[in-house]
Amino acid sequence: MILTLLISLLFAAAVPAAEAEEGINASEIIFEHIGDAYEWHITEWKGKPIAIPLPCIVIENGVHVFTLHHAAENGYTLNENGKLVNAATGKRPFDISITKNVLSLMMSAVLLVLVVLLTARWYRKHNALEEAPKGLAAAVEPLVMMVHDIARENIGEHDYRRYSPYLCTAFFFILLQNFLGIIPFFPGGANVTGNIAVTLVLAVFTFLTVNLTGSKHYYKDIFWPDVPGFLKPIMPIIEVFSAFMKPVSLTIRLFANMLAGHIMLLSVVSVIFIVAKYGPLLTGSMSVVSVLFGVFLDALECLVAFIQAYVFTTLSAVYIGMARAHGD
Amino acid sequence: MSLITPDTGLLFWMVVIFGIVFFLLARFGFPIITGMVEKRKQKIEDSLRDAREIEARMQSWTQEHGKMVEDARAEQADILREAAAAKATIIADAKESAREEADKLLAKARTEIAAEKESAILEIRREVALMSVEVAEKVLREKLSDKEQDAAYLDKLLREADKLPYQAKS
Repeated sequence: MILTLLISLLFAAAVPAAEAEEGINASEIIFEHIGDAYEWHITEWKGKPIAIPLPCIVIENGVHVFTLHHAAENGYTLNENGKLVNAATGKRPFDISITKNVLSLMMSAVLLVLVVLLTARWYRKHNALEEAPKGLAAAVEPLVMMVHDIARENIGEHDYRRYSPYLCTAFFFILLQNFLGIIPFFPGGANVTGNIAVTLVLAVFTFLTVNLTGSKHYYKDIFWPDVPGFLKPIMPIIEVFSAFMKPVSLTIRLFANMLAGHIMLLSVVSVIFIVAKYGPLLTGSMSVVSVLFGVFLDALECLVAFIQAYVFTTLSAVYIGMARAHGD
Repeated sequence: MSLITPDTGLLFWMVVIFGIVFFLLARFGFPIITGMVEKRKQKIEDSLRDAREIEARMQSWTQEHGKMVEDARAEQADILREAAAAKATIIADAKESAREEADKLLAKARTEIAAEKESAILEIRREVALMSVEVAEKVLREKLSDKEQDAAYLDKLLREADKLPYQAKS
């Protein structure tokens, strides 16, 4: 509880206080936070932003690598959405910059690989049949087995082992990113799972897994289902549409939930700074209310972080299970 | 709005990063963990089943043991009863045979005594007869006056002395 309180206060501190005098633009701050950026803005100190510069990499007639400060020298500028565009033509180049979200992804990927491989190492070095897991292994094992069980329940006894590693990876990837998103300062705070590109990729992986390993029965159900004759031409259209809607729903569910969580939390904290110009009494009382709300929302977000990872994994397992059906 | 338009760069990096993470973890991470945990689960299940089996066996052993003790006890009682019966019969037999033996001995003793008595009587008779003859001789020698009278008298004396089959002889 105290920890979440502190986290909320840190969130409050992260919002530039200097702008309070002329009234801050809360939506700008919120969108800056939930959006992607070419540098990792940490805070502002005496009117100067403190940010980690990140490499911009664009591919347009060769590879160009520069930081945002030197964008103009390289012939690039930011458009109204804050994306790099060619200063001369105004077109988007193929932009594979290491942005804030990409860096966050990389760090969480390294962390995740370390955690899981160290856990696996424990099982390699110890005889798990003789001793109970300790430390990291004891912490990771229940989660891994939870996902493993989801896979078994939804995919079926005989080939769930093939899919369990994918589901585990997706679950831990989302879970770690969700929790990192709740931490308000570097290395957390990036809104990665609340970014549609990230959730889209995850959903596409599930889509590919489902449709590339689907059974004959699954495809027969799509293209030649057991329905009355006049429905035969309509059903495949509906089924194909439904097959494509599944990843879309996965994408949007995770993205929207995490994005909404971030926006709510930031909005509640922003209230403090919005009301700052109305005098100390109102600011003080609103601060108390905001912090209490912030604590509540942070706790809620911790829950949502887990639930969304769980839901994504479970639905992926259900879709795979449907595609692995062998008929009656 | 940029929020709902996926960014190409991020898509690219996400595919790369997730692909690498998935490759590494699916190869070196999760299968090892789940494999070991499943093995352990299997072992625990096996151990539990074994324990149940052993318990059942122990129970049947206990029952068997109890039955054996009961049987042994019954047998013991039987043996004791038989032994008591045997004892009684032996004692009775011994008594019987002792009595028979004693009876036999007694009978033998009695017959022997009777024979002894008979022979003793015979002896005495012979003695008496001899003595009588001697007496008779002496009497005869001294008082052989009336031979006829004396002989009758002697005869009478003898007859009185013993009413025996000698009478027929004389």
